Amino acid sequence: MPRPLHTISLRRRLSNWTALGLITLAAIVVTLPLFLIFATVVYRGIGQLSWAFLTQIPRGPGEEGGGMANAIVGSIMLLGFASVIGVPLGIGAGVFLAEYGRNKWGNIVRFTADVLNGVPSIVIGLTAYALVVVVQRHFSMLAGSVALGIMMIPTISRTTEEVLLLVPQSIREAALGLGIPKWRTILSVVLRTASAGIVTSIMLAFARIAGETAPLMFTAFGNQYWSLSLNQPTGALPLQIFSYAVMPYDQAHAQAWTGALVLITIIMFTVILFRFIASRGAIKGAS
Amino acid sequence: MHTVPEHRHAQKRQVSERPVASGSASGDAELEIVPKSRLGARESVVADGIFRGIVVLCALAVLAIVGLIVFELVRESKLAMGKFGFSFLIKQIWDPVAEDFGALPFIYGTVVSSLLALVIAVPLSVGTALFLTELCPRAVRAVLSLLVELLAAIPSVIYGLWGIFVLSPFLRLHIQPFLGKYFGWTGLFTGPKYGWGMLAAGVILAIMILPIIASITREVITAVPRVQREAALALGATKWEMLRMSVLRNARPGIFGATILGLGRALGETMAVTMVIGNRPEIVKSLFAPGHTLASVIANEFAEATSAAYFSALVEMGLVLFVVTLIVNALASLLVWSITRGMPARTLA
Repeated sequence: MPRPLHTISLRRRLSNWTALGLITLAAIVVTLPLFLIFATVVYRGIGQLSWAFLTQIPRGPGEEGGGMANAIVGSIMLLGFASVIGVPLGIGAGVFLAEYGRNKWGNIVRFTADVLNGVPSIVIGLTAYALVVVVQRHFSMLAGSVALGIMMIPTISRTTEEVLLLVPQSIREAALGLGIPKWRTILSVVLRTASAGIVTSIMLAFARIAGETAPLMFTAFGNQYWSLSLNQPTGALPLQIFSYAVMPYDQAHAQAWTGALVLITIIMFTVILFRFIASRGAIKGAS
Repeated sequence: MHTVPEHRHAQKRQVSERPVASGSASGDAELEIVPKSRLGARESVVADGIFRGIVVLCALAVLAIVGLIVFELVRESKLAMGKFGFSFLIKQIWDPVAEDFGALPFIYGTVVSSLLALVIAVPLSVGTALFLTELCPRAVRAVLSLLVELLAAIPSVIYGLWGIFVLSPFLRLHIQPFLGKYFGWTGLFTGPKYGWGMLAAGVILAIMILPIIASITREVITAVPRVQREAALALGATKWEMLRMSVLRNARPGIFGATILGLGRALGETMAVTMVIGNRPEIVKSLFAPGHTLASVIANEFAEATSAAYFSALVEMGLVLFVVTLIVNALASLLVWSITRGMPARTLA
């Protein structure tokens, strides 16, 4: 028989309410920094945001005016080339894990991908430095793209694997039963069915690397001028924010905040778009 | 009449799941239900082989990349290893001019800032996870979990920027005087109050690892069987007693795993830390004092490391960081996996 509440001792009721109150408080405290950071970035960044900021290159340190156009374009190009490296390898490895990797070898690759996911980004930067910069003898966009591309692989492959496993086995069997070879089944049926999920995995990886600074510091290196060559050092938005933030000029700080506003807008847009696609159902026609 | 369709359904599901469940060495053997002769064209067998080869190459690339990371780190740090040997890890000297390097202050800074972050982040994220799964109204849950997810998407350089211009002044004006006055006797909160320093690094790191600990803890809590909760409630437990006795106790190894995973993130975090920690290689007991970490020293000094020994010493720090995070992450995955493997949604691995 259920016991009426008032027969529970005062001590137990008190500890119950205290604990539940603390739990609720924790949830509130956790969301606080998010609002504070957003508010500060918008408040301090919006002042300098202008057409000039988005279209001009930086002026000298501490000078009025100028913008981060080269860094914005540099970031976009870095992300593009990183995707050229990271997306095919990531999806390929994901297909291996889901379709051929239900065994010991799959477990080894799965574990290694998790290890790669946990490698600090600065260590990936060191590796890209040793692999590309040392060989080329100078910093370059290529080196930066290699570092970012490596960082994309584990995210994409593990998410792709998860999405492919959600594709019902009956769909595969139906395709195979029609006499379609396995490779066609995977390419035209399985991957097609899971395409929305794979797109979200790419965007997830994008959001992760878009703000990365550490692996770019001694690969892409940064550049105050226009540079669209894969072979030359290039500016990137996070690098530019960092170098302005540690300068001793108020004008540079203001620009750093505006850069942060631009960067955070790009990333949040990607994440929310990703949530939207994911909520629309990662798998078309799964049920 | 009711049992027949259900039985048939169960049977059907069993059949359709068979190829996934039996993960033998010949993983695709079961899929070739159609005899090869029926497939006819020999080309399709060849094409299958080629496709498989491409996919296997992608998977090998993952192994190769991790192999390359280890290889390059070891190769580039050989010089420092030979020159300083084991004493590299326990020396406090950091003198680029005399080319004498020891990593101890950096290891100390990395460990202390990360532990500080855990002390702040773990109670908060477990609380958040409990709130999200057990207390929160359904409408709030979606919004709140989106917010926590967005927190994870903020780039580390923006955390750093915020740390320099908002958090540090706040700590200097409001938190540090309070801590110094009432807890100064512990020796942890003494000395000049700059705002930035070890304490600021710990707080920033805590904010950064909150989302990952909270989301994994949430997963682990969800995995605790419903009957456990119902049993506690049926025995007359209050809600908190139920959470403590059946949810938290069962989820404990998983929460520990989430904590370790958060630790792995904190150890390797670079930009935000280097922007607020003060970058001074000293071992000081007070958390108000500036410090330095393995990751931040690489970020700060790599570009100016002109001599071979200096360069090699920095790469060796990278190697130390890599090995430590590797161990920490492996431990964490093992713990989380041991809890969530029973979940129906995750029959993988």
